[in-house]
Order: sequence, then structure tokens, then C-alpha cells
Amino acid sequence: MRNATGEVQNVLVLGGRSEIGLAIARRLITPATRHVVLACRRPDDADAALAALARPGLEVRAVAFDAAATAAHRRFVDGLVDEIGDIDVAIVAFGLLGDQESIDDDPDRAVPIAHVNYTGAVSATLHVARRMRAARHGRIVVLSSVAGERVRRSNFVYGSTKAGLDGFAQGLADAVVADGVGVTIVRPGFVHSRMTAGLKAAPFATTPDAVAECTIAGIRRGRRIVWAPSVLRWVFMVLRHLPTPIWRRLPLG
Amino acid sequence: MVRPSGTTQWFDPAERCPATPWAAPYNDRAMRPDYTTARLSGWGRTAASSARTARVATDELAEHVKSATGRGVILRGLGRSYGDPAQNSGGTVLVLGGSVDEVVIDDETGVVTCPAGVSLHDLLRRVVPRGWFVPVTPGTRFVTVGGAVASDIHGKNHHFEGSFGNHVHSLRLMLADGTVRTIGPDQEPRLFWATVGGMGLTGAILDVRFSLLPIETSVCRVETTRCRNLDELLAEMAHGDENHRYSVAWVDLLARGRRGGRSVLWRGDHARLDEVDERRRLDPLSYAPRHLASVPPVVPSSGFVNSTTSALFNELWFRKEPRRPARAMKSIPSYFHPLDAIGGWNRLYGRGGFVQYQFVVPFEREDALREVVRRVVSSRLASPLIVLKRFGPGNPGPLSFPMEGWTLTVDMPAARDGSGPLLHALDAIVLEAGGRHYLAKDAHTTPEAIRRGYPHLDEWLAIRREVDPDRLWQSDLARRLELVA
Repeated sequence: MRNATGEVQNVLVLGGRSEIGLAIARRLITPATRHVVLACRRPDDADAALAALARPGLEVRAVAFDAAATAAHRRFVDGLVDEIGDIDVAIVAFGLLGDQESIDDDPDRAVPIAHVNYTGAVSATLHVARRMRAARHGRIVVLSSVAGERVRRSNFVYGSTKAGLDGFAQGLADAVVADGVGVTIVRPGFVHSRMTAGLKAAPFATTPDAVAECTIAGIRRGRRIVWAPSVLRWVFMVLRHLPTPIWRRLPLG
Repeated sequence: MVRPSGTTQWFDPAERCPATPWAAPYNDRAMRPDYTTARLSGWGRTAASSARTARVATDELAEHVKSATGRGVILRGLGRSYGDPAQNSGGTVLVLGGSVDEVVIDDETGVVTCPAGVSLHDLLRRVVPRGWFVPVTPGTRFVTVGGAVASDIHGKNHHFEGSFGNHVHSLRLMLADGTVRTIGPDQEPRLFWATVGGMGLTGAILDVRFSLLPIETSVCRVETTRCRNLDELLAEMAHGDENHRYSVAWVDLLARGRRGGRSVLWRGDHARLDEVDERRRLDPLSYAPRHLASVPPVVPSSGFVNSTTSALFNELWFRKEPRRPARAMKSIPSYFHPLDAIGGWNRLYGRGGFVQYQFVVPFEREDALREVVRRVVSSRLASPLIVLKRFGPGNPGPLSFPMEGWTLTVDMPAARDGSGPLLHALDAIVLEAGGRHYLAKDAHTTPEAIRRGYPHLDEWLAIRREVDPDRLWQSDLARRLELVA
């Protein structure tokens, strides 16, 4: 349950090794927090993340979760909620970036990216939302991307999955608000992280911690969409309306 | 907004947070036209949650309870608990009907049998003109008798005659399986004391038999003493309280430096007939609580309570009292329930709501009390509503709040930066001193704090498991503080 100052008791991170997901989770932890669950493909690799979140009186655990195995999502969510109680905040943070050039060579490589980033996210998020609607409270934080506004050619497969997820999350927000469930859509720009290591940074590049700060502030103010950094809202408002011939000429990497 | 004239409502439509009735898949209005989905919060207006709600008669209660969903049922009175005990996210919240006309008073002994849904407001209007007063009243009369038992409420007379549960002869409790048991200090005392202060989690209290207090007049003889600092106040209370039935102090927790801890102590007794003037003697038991004004339903989202307005209020509040101890006659409403004259005063805190933090520490731990005061003063978060009181010995209820010691109540806005960390820091000080928190006020603390503060919690949990193995009775408070485990 949430308490009077908005502190939460149970936090679930889907994609429990995501640097942004962990940075958000860390900022949600207060003495009121009881359980933090990091759901990831290889829970054995999450030791460092567990150690970073550990606090006396708080139970942090890593559990096996495969976003691609959608058939298991129902049992995963039900089992977790029945054990630890209502989830107050779920952070949907998993995703595959992929390399656009290698996809161009072998289109088969696009399939798992689309499956995990969109199908897997839709499935897991809907199962979490189902339990939250029954409990009539909870918040889902969906990590989208600025690509939700306009997909760039340099990573258009990844971008299109995030654009799809963004649209899904907007619709979900409208569908669940009457049941007391909130959805926060986070649209970061280029984030320096493990996922983007070795890539050339785009303008207004940011860090997982900065994204998490923006997200927490957005949740507090009840924002539906959070841009990180916030200036990207205005940048993409312009970019979205650029005529295609100009958009194509932009050196956006 | 509860209007002091006419009957009290269980909640006012304007008080609830906006619900969106058109798109609720779990709204079973089609099947149960008597249910509505409402977003409910406590008096502090924090952490609202929605539930299916209905107002039901006592004899229909069992049938309604049977139709409950897996997220259980809790009974709600007038919603004056500050936090989340009378809300049940995703479950059912029932309000018991019951009219003051069903109240049975024995004018010889002052023993009254009262339906649980009747408010002290309605009861007082019925009994004061007949020469009786409720044994215990909190700072508001807009609480139900059922809620008074479930929270084991206390008043300004706790040092003198204990909390509400101490005055109960018996009560009828409907258990989760629909059976009704009559319990009291002499009949099934274990279940009775688990129900006193049990926050409605042992069963549904249907009606309560308790003793009233005989009074000769409806006015109180009140002695006002102004103290320059906290030490002066504590000394004054430690020595003079035993001579008065009622005693309560206000402390300024915004003033710093030389004025820090300045306070006003009000001690009172029911005036005897020979103590009132001629005019009053003609109608010594007249009782007419007045309604001054209501806070409009819409206030700026940041509210009106901040350190500037609060400091200004405190200055005036302190200065309006006489420098030297003075005596005056005060009516029951103006001495016991001054805030009830202003409807919806909780809205003054704006959209974020407020927390009323109340704790008790043993007498020998004045150091912890001082440390809490120091932290609150330096946080600049306190509002003017600060109350200090001495508790007498507690009762056998495992979850009953009062125990011998000092109890301090601090109101503060909930949504300010720093209020969460401050409250956790205060929790640590209170628990280290062997103190505890009041469940009827709590909206913020942790399961550990309750476990440490209430040493007989396990005993209470065992009784609850016996009478409610399937966890029918549930509330947001119970889930938050792990009272349903």
C-alpha cells in the first residue's frame, strides 16, 4: 500500500538489470518499502544490483523472468502478488536495442527485438495491470523513448517497438485510470548506459540517474508523460512536425 | 462537510475524491443497485482508494458480507480516522445504518445501549438535556459509537478515567461467519479486548452498551494557564492534572528561541448547578452546538497551511489567552469540540492532505518528547494544531493505544518535501523510548513500528486468526501494517 506521503511498499522491476529501472527503484525505496523484486532473465547475474539496493528491513530479491516467454507471464505475476501482496509500482524496463546495420544484413535479427520490446512488454504490463485494477491501486512506469514521438532511421526497428509500446501505454493509461491505477510513460533521449556502450551519443544525451530523477518528479506531479531531459519535449515537438525532406537531411545519427 | 444540525451523513459527496463512474469494469452497479464505487480517504485526505460501498441496515449486514469479493470488507463510520483504516482498496466498505431513536437510555443508572452507527453528535443532543454526558469524547463529536470502540478513543479525561473501552459493559459483534456474539469484559474477555482498539478487524460491532456520566449542567469550569516553555508546561501538568477531570495543552511548535515551546493549558470540570449564574440555572442542561462556517469545497491545491500562516495563527492564539491563570465557563462544544464549528477544516491543507502524527512515550522519557519537539520545530512543518496530554494507565486491549505517559499530536501537511523522512525519524525516537503510535491517526508508519510499539500484537493476531480464518475483514491499514497476515 501507499502511505500518506506517497511512499510505497512493494516495487517490481521488470528487466531487473536495467540501469534506468534500478535507478528509479533506488529512488522509490524509503523505510516504508517492504519488497523490491528484480525480474530478469538471469537472476544469478543480478548480485551487484541486489547489493546496491540492500537496506536493513527491506527484502530485495532477483527472480527469473523472460519477457519473450509470454505464456508464463500470468503465472509469474499472480504468484508474485499472492506472495508479497499488492504491487505499488511496477517499472517496465526491459528491452533489446539491436544493431540496425546487422539487421539490415539479416532481417531475422529484428524479430526477437520486436517480440521482446513490444509483445513481451504488452503481455507483462497487461498482467500487472490486471492485478492492479483488481486491487484498485498501483502505478506502472513504462520506459518508452523519444522514438515514441518520431522514429529515427538510425535505429528504426528499436524505435518502432518503443513507438508501439508508447501508444499502448497511452491507451492503457486511459483505460485504467478509472480503476485507480496510474501509468507514467518515460521518454528518455540518448542515455549513456550498458545498452548504448560504444555508440555515438545523440544531442541532449543523459544518464540513467538523471532519467530516474525526472521520472520521480513526474510521478510526484502526476504527469502522464515524462521527458528526460525535459527539453526534449520541445525538441521533439519541432522534429515531429518537420517536413520529411528536411527530416531526412538531419544528421541525427 | 457534516452539518451539526439534522442527522449526520456518513460521508458527504463533496468530501470524496472525484470518481469516474462511467468506466469502471468492476462496478457491479448493474447487479447491485444499492452499491456505488467511491474513492474514499480518511480525514487527512491522503492515499485515497476506491471500493464498492453501501449503507446497510444491521439486520441485512450478514447477507451483504456474504456477497463480498476476495478483497474483504471493512465497516466505515463517519470517516474521521485520519489515515486508512476505513477504506479498502478493491474491496467492500459498508456503512451501518442506525438511528438515534433506537438508543435506549436507563435514566436511573445512565447505562445506554446504542447502535454502532450512531454518532456522538446525535447521542449528545439526546442525552445532555437529560443530564448525561458521554464517558469519553475525542476532539470531534462526529465519530460513531462503533468507531469509538474500534479505535478505543480517548479524550481530555484519560488521566482520570481511561479510554472508551473502559466504559463499555458489553457489545454485540458479528463475526466473519455471520454469527453474532455478545461480548464484554466479563463475557469472552479475550475477544472483547481484541475488539476494543481492534480497528474493526475482529468483526462488525453492531451495538454497544456503555455507561454515561451524570452532569448537573452543560457547561464546564475551565482554568486556563499560559506557560512560557515546554519545561514549565510539563511541570504544571505533572502536578495539577490530578485535580481536574479534563486537561489538555496546546504547544506552539513553530516559535523558536526564547519563545520555543510556549503553550496554553486548559483544565476543566463539569460545572455543578451551584457554580453557574442565575440565568444559566433556569436551563442548566441546554445544548445547542453551533456551526460557524464551512471551508468551501475548492481550495488552492497547495492549501492555506504553511509556516507563515501557522506562525501568525500561533501568535494570535497564544496572545488571546490571559497572561495569568484565569477561570471561565465554557459550553461543551467550545471546550470539547472547537473545530467542529468549522465544516471541512481538513480541506485547508489543500490537495496533498495532512498527517496527524500522534504517539505516546512513558513518563520517564521526557527526553524523547523533547527530541521530537526539537525535530518538528526545526523542520518548520508543524501546523498550529498541536496537542499535548497526559495519559493514565492503559487497558488490556492488545491494540489499544493509550498507556501511561505523554501523548503528543502534531498535524502537518503530507505532501511537503521532507515530511516522509521527518516522520520516519520521529518513529525511531518514539520506538526507542518504548512508545507507540495511534492506529486511528496513523497514515504513514511501518509494520515494524506497530510490532515494536504493541508488545501484545501476536496475541491479537492469534485471536484474529481464530475468529476470521479466511481474512474477511480487511482494510488498507490492515494491509499496510500487515495486520491481516
